[in-house]
Amino acid sequence: MIQENKNQIDTYRRKLLGGGAALAAAVTLGPGVLFTSVARAKADDEAVTSEVRWGFLIDTNKCADNCDKCVTACNDEHNLTGFGRPETDAQWIRTVTLRDKKSGHTTKLPMMCQHCANPPCVDVCPTGASFKRPDGIVLVDKHICIGCRYCMMACPYKARSFVHETITNQKEYSPRGKGTVESCTLCVHRIDNGEIPACAEACPEKAILFGNLNDANSDIAKRMTAEASTEIRGDLRLDLGVRYQGI
Amino acid sequence: MKGKSNKQQRLWLAAVACVLFSTLFSIVATAGAPRPDIPDAIKGEQCVEDTDFMRRNHMDLLLHQRDETVHKGIRTKKHSLKECFTCHVVKDKDNKPLTVSSPKHFCRECHDYAAVSIDCFQCHTSIPSNKEMGGGKTKGSMRGGL
Repeated sequence: MIQENKNQIDTYRRKLLGGGAALAAAVTLGPGVLFTSVARAKADDEAVTSEVRWGFLIDTNKCADNCDKCVTACNDEHNLTGFGRPETDAQWIRTVTLRDKKSGHTTKLPMMCQHCANPPCVDVCPTGASFKRPDGIVLVDKHICIGCRYCMMACPYKARSFVHETITNQKEYSPRGKGTVESCTLCVHRIDNGEIPACAEACPEKAILFGNLNDANSDIAKRMTAEASTEIRGDLRLDLGVRYQGI
Repeated sequence: MKGKSNKQQRLWLAAVACVLFSTLFSIVATAGAPRPDIPDAIKGEQCVEDTDFMRRNHMDLLLHQRDETVHKGIRTKKHSLKECFTCHVVKDKDNKPLTVSSPKHFCRECHDYAAVSIDCFQCHTSIPSNKEMGGGKTKGSMRGGL
């Protein structure tokens, strides 16, 4: 009986809290102001919110065999210079070629951090350095990264790199340093500034479509509704921010 | 009797040593030690907060701003690390900004003096971007595409 009462009270509380939240939202937004255009560039002093979820829709049919413009654009943007050691050199995007064994048909695609909604790298991080921003961008806070590389092990997409060498000439918007793990930031410095990521901008075929997955009116959401797209290793149920077409 | 005079003598010596040492120290402190040559800001006379406040608390402001920027995407310039060395940029003879490898760099002037080693610049650049210096390219906006 006591248990039942308690449950009932909890339900009331939830209802009340829900109602309160809705009321608060209505007050904040004001009359006639709707959250339809969340894709506007935010003000500098505004924190990011989960109203937005950034993502990519990548059409692999448009990826040419010999093209790596997205990779070079990324390397230029973040000054990812190699040290002649391909095994350990930082790689935020790489091109992957899939070959169908029976037909011999090959598909090429750019592979980067998939910006999971349930990121395994965040689960395993012992310091909280690996984190997900409210708008869905998965990042490393290098101030608290201890370079243990658990996240590199946990990532099913091999998306992260460890910096083995002393780095110089970093870009002012993209700090990088020895002893920390790094990966695609979805060009967070550009996004916060109302611009699109460097790879999406550089693609000559416009194969990489960037946008807000939460906004039903965005180009990316419309195309995802209209056309088939898939997550890589969707069976892991990580709810990826990057989806592919033509694979 | 003899023991007492020995003790007095030792006290005497200690007092003389103290006076000598403090005099020497004050001479060195006032005349000899090089004072940090803090570069002026290029943007104006006044820092983002009072100078005295900044001297004592700039590290707290930077730490706060760092978390706000990384985790919440708040990119106001006022208390950002970038703004320190953009405003207090030191240039060489060829009008190129000096990096933190030079002891003349704004941050190093005081930190060298106070023997505080900072590791900000192991990851962060220590010079303003071309854009901040008046050059740089303009990038496309995404507002049209979304």
